[in-house]
Amino acid sequence: MGVGIHVQELNAWFGQKQALYDIALAIPPNQTTAIIGPSGCGKSTFVRCINRMHETVPDARVDGKVVVGDTDVYGRGVSPVSVRRRIGMVFQKPNPFPTMSIYDNVAAGLKLDGFHRRRELDDVVERSLQQAALWEEVKDELKKKSGVSLSGGQQQRLCIARALAVQPEIMLMDEPASALDPISTAKIEDLIFQLKQDYTIVIVTHNMQQAARVADFTGFFLMGKLIEFDKTEKMFTNPTDKRTEDYITGRFG
Amino acid sequence: MRTRFQMGLDELKQKLLAMGGLAEQAVDRAMEAYRKRDLQRCYAVFEGEKAINMAEREIDELAVDLLAMQQPLAVDLRFITAVMKINADLERVGDQAVNIAQRVMDTIKLPAAELPVDIPRMAATAAGMVRRALEAFIEGKAELAEAILKMDDIVDDMNDEIYIVLVRKMHENPTVVDQALDLLLIARNLERIADHATNIAEDVIFWVRGADVRHHVGIEESPAPPLT
Repeated sequence: MGVGIHVQELNAWFGQKQALYDIALAIPPNQTTAIIGPSGCGKSTFVRCINRMHETVPDARVDGKVVVGDTDVYGRGVSPVSVRRRIGMVFQKPNPFPTMSIYDNVAAGLKLDGFHRRRELDDVVERSLQQAALWEEVKDELKKKSGVSLSGGQQQRLCIARALAVQPEIMLMDEPASALDPISTAKIEDLIFQLKQDYTIVIVTHNMQQAARVADFTGFFLMGKLIEFDKTEKMFTNPTDKRTEDYITGRFG
Repeated sequence: MRTRFQMGLDELKQKLLAMGGLAEQAVDRAMEAYRKRDLQRCYAVFEGEKAINMAEREIDELAVDLLAMQQPLAVDLRFITAVMKINADLERVGDQAVNIAQRVMDTIKLPAAELPVDIPRMAATAAGMVRRALEAFIEGKAELAEAILKMDDIVDDMNDEIYIVLVRKMHENPTVVDQALDLLLIARNLERIADHATNIAEDVIFWVRGADVRHHVGIEESPAPPLT
């Protein structure tokens, strides 16, 4: 089951440059939350703070609280690795391990954890590929075909399956469909809708229509600040803040 | 594919059908009230109007959300815009039922008068048009909808006939003017209900075929006589 994310007074920097200012919001469990905003508004930085990936950038710094379930991910003694195990992530460009078969790509996380029992691995690989709506397309060549031999849309679903295999509670998706054609995009969007039954999903997208289609809640970021956060219906039919309205209606700037 | 959108469309359809059921029920109750000179049934029509108004708002809200969030195109876009228009027509059918119930309350207070007009027959035809328009919507069948367009002329003729008869009666016997006026207005309300059913049928044709047949444009008509 998914868990909620409570963010309080979150600030982030790249060296001297501040990227996020006092972000506070509550992302509800088992819902899809979209983060929208123009380039450079801090939306990707924000999700990378949730799974402690921001700190992997040299000179990057984070201050504030991100509570996942009941764990403060920046709390004393909490390891980034344990955080990332609970929070899966999918990126804009599909990045399957190039030398591995489809099967090994999905099983990689589990094997890294020392999990080697064949039959159970088989089960997890099948379940994950089913959840990622890829099973039917690849089941006959799981071990024959390499991950990178698949189409772009299939590769992205493979990456989703790989993230699901370690049973995270949260899935972060950073522009997961921006490199895909409309049919593959629709498949990913449909998948997001199915997945929220079991996971909390946060999707970063510069495509407002996509946010509208898939998200239950939407947050609008501008210049490192969270301008508005509300139900998606409200955000796209009657936003409270003028800046949100200007952005979603294309009157911005 | 597009599961969330499909669920939204299904929900919109179900809500509109429920709304159609309420509008039909309102007309039936108003006519029962007329036949039985029954005040309680008039009150039931007034009470039912609240549910219709509520349903109208819910349907519009859902339709606007779907337009904003799912960016529907082609047949989906036509479906949602058709639903919004049918919604408004059904709400007006409910209003006409209320108008009829108000006239019935008025007639109940007056002494009964023998007036040779068949209001129930006209009501059955108009209500039948609403029911069939909704069937055309449920099944997505433009042919069913086309048949309804033709029925509108029948109701218009009934209305004209009732008008002529009642005006004559009022001339002959001025003591029945009040009762005759009530019936004239009820007939007028029924004629409007048939118009709304016609609009619904036109919207179904637009949704299914993408053809705008309003105001007799796009419907095959007999050729005009040659100029002499």
